[in-house]
Amino acid sequence: MAETTSGAGGAAHGAQRPREQWTGQVGFIVAAIGSAVGLGNIWRFPGVAYENGGGAFLVPYLVALLTAGIPILFLDYAIGHRFRGSAPTAFRRVARPFESLGWFQVMISFVIAVYYTAVIAWALSFFVYSFDLRWGDDPAGFFTGDYLQLADPGVSLDVVPSVLVPLVGVWVVVLVVLAAGVARGVQRANMVFLPLLVAAFLVLVVRALFLDGAVDGLNALFTPDWAALGDPNVWIAAYSQIFFSLSIAFGIMVTYASYRKRRANLTSPGLVVAFSNSSFEILAGIGVFATLGFLAGRQGVGVGELEGISGPILSFVTFPAIVSEMPGGPFFGALFFLSLAMAGFTSLLSILQVVSAGFQEKFSWTPRQAALRVGVVCAVVSVALFSTTTGLIALDTADQWANNIGIVASAVLTCVLVLWVRRRGSELQYHLNAVSTFRVGAWWQVLVALLAPLVLGYMLVSRVVTLLVDGYEGYPGWYLALFGWGTVALLVVGALVLTALRWRRSPDAFVAWPPFPPGRTAATTHDAEVTR
Amino acid sequence: MNTSAIILMVLAILVVWGGLVVSALALRARPERDGADLPPGGEDDHREDTAPLERDT
Repeated sequence: MAETTSGAGGAAHGAQRPREQWTGQVGFIVAAIGSAVGLGNIWRFPGVAYENGGGAFLVPYLVALLTAGIPILFLDYAIGHRFRGSAPTAFRRVARPFESLGWFQVMISFVIAVYYTAVIAWALSFFVYSFDLRWGDDPAGFFTGDYLQLADPGVSLDVVPSVLVPLVGVWVVVLVVLAAGVARGVQRANMVFLPLLVAAFLVLVVRALFLDGAVDGLNALFTPDWAALGDPNVWIAAYSQIFFSLSIAFGIMVTYASYRKRRANLTSPGLVVAFSNSSFEILAGIGVFATLGFLAGRQGVGVGELEGISGPILSFVTFPAIVSEMPGGPFFGALFFLSLAMAGFTSLLSILQVVSAGFQEKFSWTPRQAALRVGVVCAVVSVALFSTTTGLIALDTADQWANNIGIVASAVLTCVLVLWVRRRGSELQYHLNAVSTFRVGAWWQVLVALLAPLVLGYMLVSRVVTLLVDGYEGYPGWYLALFGWGTVALLVVGALVLTALRWRRSPDAFVAWPPFPPGRTAATTHDAEVTR
Repeated sequence: MNTSAIILMVLAILVVWGGLVVSALALRARPERDGADLPPGGEDDHREDTAPLERDT
């Protein structure tokens, strides 16, 4: 195939290496589930479902899964698989100027990886603290005071050793895995950690169901509030939960799909991945609310009166409080924080693979070179920003902007540029159907070209307005300008700079398979895409 | 638990976990397209099986 012939510039070590591949369908599916199942499934979904109609949330949630989550997942797969490259390569092969969209996604992944690692480091610390319940009677004071030594918003160089040590440890492990490559590193790590995560989490959920008060928690989560279905914000909450939970639209699924062989089934494994992700969310919802029911009973209040039922506070303040109260607490606390660390770790691998793959292809680096060079930069930034006394606030702010502005903008741009500007909808639909066992109809194009950009565009605009008008969490304006809007500026500038750099080996001598429209020969299909 | 909460919990489990079981069974029954069914071409390059170890700098 044309892809294996050396393009302009010549290969770094003579002949071009063949593209890395998963060892098979199962390896890909497990890695993709490991990526989708992350911290958000455990600490975001239960709280969102509870606050947006309880049992009634199931309706907008399923509608969002079927009309946006799965269709955008297929779009990512189709782009990555047809154009066989990391995000910058694949988007460049759709149309040259779109390379910068690929680098925008790489930059998002870079920013997220830098702070995601910190959360995994916290989980590992709390895994150790579980054994002697180190937080004592005041988990809230312990987390922000004793552990993070939180200062006011600002830039601090006071390093917190108890965060620094696990943070460096996580970076070392993750870089070793990335350096080993897709099959021997990323896939193998997922094959170990994903089954372990599911097993550990099942033990936790079963234990939670036998706690006193578990039934009250489940009642609170599942009792439907049908009136919520009339509230547009509930629907937006459902679309954003599905969207953020599936790891879509910031390069991960494009990159992962590019490592599948050409004659690989795409849509049917995609359905397995999407439903696995939601299945884990439902499981987490049951486990978290059964546990919260127990806590409410202990405190003599209703579940509705509890505070800190989502996000880092749920994991690092509320859960430690529960662990202190429950029989066998240290064991289950350790199991919970280990689960959290494993769920985060498998997602982190996928996020960093986006960055690594982008650099490997543009600069002809091996996986090991990319892990070392890119990884060391990420690790230094991560340690400098997040092992200090201002780490939590920087993390919270960067997370808010990278996700709600960065990823949502990336999704809207992908839909608009690929489907409207270059009108590749029919080609991508043909590609999915040519290789897959589950066929998608014209409805797929309607969903990704019309519904998705409308819903996501609305989410983006309303969030921008809210952040501009109301600020965020009461942090000072200069701080939000630096760490919030500054993050967005970094994404854009980074994308433009990386696009401008020279390719070591041109990715343009590429012919997509199967040829489109069908029946034309491969040689004549993509004249426009081949190098001059 | 009240009746409506029980119904919705069972429904959530049936639909989402059911979706997982059905999609997994469908994939197991037909993991890939038959070769004859695919457009011609698209064979992968299998040099990776015999490729020498990558040189590092």
